Amino acid sequence: MKQFMSFVTKEFYHVLRDRKTLFILFGMPVVQILIFGFALTTEVKNSKIVVLNMAHDQSSRLLIDQIEASAYFETSRELNSFSQVEEEFKRGEIRLALVIPANFEQNMRRGEQVKLQLINDASDPNTATTLGNYMGFILADFQRMHFPTAPLPMQIVSEIKMLYNPQLKGAPNFVPGVMAMVLMLICVMMTSVAIVREKETGTMEILLVSPFKPILVIFSKAFPYLLLSLVNVSSILLLSVFVLNLPINGSLFLLYAMSTLFIITCLSIGILISVRTNSQQVAMLISLMGMLLPALLFSGFMFPIENMPIPLQVISNIVPAKWYYIIVKAVMIKGLGFMSIWKEAAILLLMTFVLLGISLKKFKIRLA
Amino acid sequence: MKAVEVNALRKVYGKEKTLAVDEVSFEVNEGEIFGLIGPDGAGKTSIFRMLTTLLLPDGGNAKVCGLDVVKEYKKIRTMVGYMPGKFSLYPDLTVEENLHFFATVFGTSVQENYHLIEAIYVQLAPFKDRRAGKLSGGMKQKLALCCALIHQPKVLFLDEPTTGVDPVSRKEFWEMLKKLKQEGISILVSTPYMDEAAMCDRIGLIQGGKLLSVDLPSQLIQKFPHNVFAVKADNMYQLIQSLQANALVKDVYAFGEYAHLIPNNSALTTSDLLHEMDKLNLQNSSASPTQATIEDCFIQLLH
Repeated sequence: MKQFMSFVTKEFYHVLRDRKTLFILFGMPVVQILIFGFALTTEVKNSKIVVLNMAHDQSSRLLIDQIEASAYFETSRELNSFSQVEEEFKRGEIRLALVIPANFEQNMRRGEQVKLQLINDASDPNTATTLGNYMGFILADFQRMHFPTAPLPMQIVSEIKMLYNPQLKGAPNFVPGVMAMVLMLICVMMTSVAIVREKETGTMEILLVSPFKPILVIFSKAFPYLLLSLVNVSSILLLSVFVLNLPINGSLFLLYAMSTLFIITCLSIGILISVRTNSQQVAMLISLMGMLLPALLFSGFMFPIENMPIPLQVISNIVPAKWYYIIVKAVMIKGLGFMSIWKEAAILLLMTFVLLGISLKKFKIRLA
Repeated sequence: MKAVEVNALRKVYGKEKTLAVDEVSFEVNEGEIFGLIGPDGAGKTSIFRMLTTLLLPDGGNAKVCGLDVVKEYKKIRTMVGYMPGKFSLYPDLTVEENLHFFATVFGTSVQENYHLIEAIYVQLAPFKDRRAGKLSGGMKQKLALCCALIHQPKVLFLDEPTTGVDPVSRKEFWEMLKKLKQEGISILVSTPYMDEAAMCDRIGLIQGGKLLSVDLPSQLIQKFPHNVFAVKADNMYQLIQSLQANALVKDVYAFGEYAHLIPNNSALTTSDLLHEMDKLNLQNSSASPTQATIEDCFIQLLH
């Protein structure tokens, strides 16, 4: 135990005295969260639209005001004819045009069917659909507020309920994704370098000629990074709650327990890389190339796994980030309990045991 | 029991089957300083690594403290101190932290064995809060020695401990080794410096993976079968060139500010030699008989 503590203390010194490492360790998660939160968001905000108002009555004004009041749209100007609409689209400055027909208020009051036209720039189909949906919600709201009696004689209104994420915020999607990615990258990279560094500086030569046990080295190398990674989890959660306004719906304890499990899985990968390589550069490259891309591609965070060809879907199963991503989404956003994620947790646990087992077996007790 | 027993030890590297250590056999007695003397690439480090259980031998066997280096490697690892040729402590840890770390790794404490390292550590003490990477070469070696000693090893393996260290520090280092010997620690040390050989109790000359001879330094010199002359002239290059071609001369080579000359015939006198050198038209030429050194022995063994 004393040996272990002394080893852990030494590892802490290594990390805390290396400013560059420290910067990556604690800077990367914050930067990633902020970048994903504000720059790389798939959420559509402040889209420029034009309105062709042929009604010029009070209700149409109210509608336009309501559209402008939302964070999603910004009416750049009001037009007078259809030909202008096309010109606006050609200039590429607007994403959507709304056409309000003549006699808008009158027809609404009479309970007649009123047709509004939405013209979408579908060169980016996802955005176009999203904007169409946003506009649909605003229109429905408008109708409910100002013409509650309108569904006469009979009007079928489809009520869509956005589960777990009623405001269609982007954050719920990317926070778990960034957590999975950042933890995977940092844990794997930092530990993969840890044992190799001892080999490079030659200290491994001395450590080998001592009574220490491989398992002691492995655990004491991983332990400090586990603690530091939990600090990272906390900073990501704090940022997402207080900066991105994303509440944690499930149990915080469960979230931390699962994060600890995932971190240990990633640390095991790093240790395995460390045990099998002989230079810090190689270890770094393997963990960067081998982790960043799969974490991005196969976690399901950027690209839906269901859309991938079967072989890739199969491959995605060996990426721990995928399972952690599912767990975090379930616990943090859906607020589900352990019973709904025990399978994913079991998979991560199994991965960890296999990886640690291989690392211990492959740990070289001699130089060559 | 011998501290180290080496029996026909062999080590082969790579696909080309480069023979790094070729049937080497020797013994290190308890409480003895045994020096392996040889140039770079002679196989010294390979021998050290096999004895410290870091490499598996490809032939022969070796015992440290009576324990087999292959089968009983775990026991050996608790009993020996090893200082690799390359500085191998944590450069980002301070002197004190390095020492404490290695003490705990071996399950002991600095206080417990402080008497062993005291003489060395007092010199390091003023720098105890300095990072090991920022120490001078000599200080680094002293720290490495402290770390190798802190668990009171029975046998100490020092692979080229004085390479890259200034002459004063080198002298101090060897004095420390003598003190450790008095504590009953057996020491196997390697060095490429011939002048350090005289500090060892016994030395083994090694070249190309082969152990050429094992003897007391004084015996090695006594057994040297040739006379040695120190010769000198203003133009040393010309002197050596012309004497090498001379039929009376077996060997001549630069040796500090002189050249050492080994005659073919032990009956050759100084005046014979001077007479011969006069024919060469060299300015300020001189010759005088001199005592053979270990370097002379080594060079003659190689030739």
